[in-house]
Amino acid sequence: MTQLALVIDLNVCVGCHACVTSCKEWNTSGSAGPLSDFNPYGADPTGTFFNRVQTFEVGEFPNTETVHFPKSCLHCEEPPCVPVCPTGASYKRKEDGIVLVDYDKCIGCKYCSWACPYGAREIDEQQKVMKKCTLCVDRIYDLSLPEIDRKPACVKACPTSARLFGDVHDPDSEVSQAIRENGGYPLMPEWGTQPANHYLPRRKTKLRIHEDELVRADNPLKIEGRLPKPALSEPSLDDVTSW
Amino acid sequence: MHPAFSVVFLTTLIGAGQGLFLALFTVESYAAFGLLPGQDSRFYALGSAVALGFLVAGLVASFFHLGRPERAWRSAAKWRTSWLSREVIVLPAFMGAVFLYGIAHHAGFNPLLATLPSAVPVRLTFLLGMGGTLLAFALFVCTAMIYACLRFLQEWHTPLTVINYILLGGASGFVLATALSARWAPEVAGLLGGWAMILTALACLGRAASLLRNARLKPKSSLRTAIGARHPRIVQKAQGAMGGSFNTREFFHGRTPGFLRQVKWIFLVLAFALPLGLLAAGAAGAAFIVQYLGLLAERWFFFAQANHPQNLYYQGVS
Ligand code: SF4
Ligand code: SF4
Repeated sequence: MTQLALVIDLNVCVGCHACVTSCKEWNTSGSAGPLSDFNPYGADPTGTFFNRVQTFEVGEFPNTETVHFPKSCLHCEEPPCVPVCPTGASYKRKEDGIVLVDYDKCIGCKYCSWACPYGAREIDEQQKVMKKCTLCVDRIYDLSLPEIDRKPACVKACPTSARLFGDVHDPDSEVSQAIRENGGYPLMPEWGTQPANHYLPRRKTKLRIHEDELVRADNPLKIEGRLPKPALSEPSLDDVTSW
Repeated sequence: MHPAFSVVFLTTLIGAGQGLFLALFTVESYAAFGLLPGQDSRFYALGSAVALGFLVAGLVASFFHLGRPERAWRSAAKWRTSWLSREVIVLPAFMGAVFLYGIAHHAGFNPLLATLPSAVPVRLTFLLGMGGTLLAFALFVCTAMIYACLRFLQEWHTPLTVINYILLGGASGFVLATALSARWAPEVAGLLGGWAMILTALACLGRAASLLRNARLKPKSSLRTAIGARHPRIVQKAQGAMGGSFNTREFFHGRTPGFLRQVKWIFLVLAFALPLGLLAAGAAGAAFIVQYLGLLAERWFFFAQANHPQNLYYQGVS
């Protein structure tokens, strides 16, 4: 079975919001209708987004780290948002594990958004139906696109390659390897939703230098300094060994 | 959560309607077993009409919750998995039962269907009432389970939610029945008033128990698990939007903790203490109105108190 998902590398995300704008551009232009905005140039702009980048400060000054945190639907393997939907508008596809909303069936009761612990679903105030990340289901299978473009718009847009896309059930896929080798983790594991999307943590590359590497162990007198330079007339090492 | 008035009205109105129907059937059962003199069927017919009125009003309120009310019929599809879908099916079924029960009494069409061994007559309305009672309880369970089944809304995820929906709806229905009986069936006013007081007291206990439970809840999620950074101090610096979003509107009540505390005391007084006093004083009509206002506050508080884990991602704008 296939489970498509994103892996987001917090170690390299710089919080540029390119994925947000790219997602919005692609998904507001499709046949499913716009992702409505209200008051876009006014004092209180608001609108529907599939993907948002948030910023958190971890730690206490001066030992702080700024973590940029992109957040979208995690395409949970046990999605709590699906069984609660009274109409069947919310469903999880068997073939690739993508969780989708059928905008033609949704009655806008918002119950699924209550049932998602991650706040990944947002209602479109214009169309009055629930919307969420589709993993660009209208891109990734589009044979009219060159193969390299058959990826979610956010993945294509990320300038630091912080977003990987692939099948997390295939142990040899790029995403599975990234999760396995770089400590990928799911969000809020305590609810048993088994998110398909994973995050890679901040990682520090540390060089460990032992003391005996700083002070030469083969220098018993602990005298560091330049070795006396032999005069030009003295025999060189080559002369010595070639005696 | 942000309390939606459509849902506050839906749950309180149908609760009163269900309770009223249960009260009517209680009286009929007492009469069937010969514990009370039989009632004028006008009392049952009128009571059913009032109960139906509350149910219809609740149904109308519920439509205001939907973004696409014209598609509401679709919501009966997933009754196998969704409590909301089950409620959508049981509510009209219960309304149908109340309607038939009221019509049968109104038309005086009440043939004797069977006689139980101890000479207890089983009449048509008794059977209809039994069916209605089952549906009334099923509806209480469906309505409450919509909230109780959401495991990460820890304030709701408890059997107390179901118990309290039954007790609160039952109490307000019995108080309403007491008020109606004062005029239409004075002989049973004492009985109904007694039950109304018992149910109100039980509902008070149940609600107090859930208040105590929720006061000691420890949230299972924290920012640490929400973003996966293992540090006790994590502060949000940006939430991806500055003008608010669905996430900031739907899941926050936007009031101060002090306001919430006030609402709690208001509903404890209005829904329980005052109605008990008024019932004891024989002012059932006033008791119902006061209690209904209290229940509106109670339901508002029920929603506002629930703390959704998604709120962890919406702690600051800056
Ligand atoms: S992240 Fe939320 S909306 Fe997406 S599948 Fe999981 S529970 Fe459903
Ligand atoms: S808002 Fe739409 S998708 Fe969500 S539970 Fe209601 S009908 Fe289903």
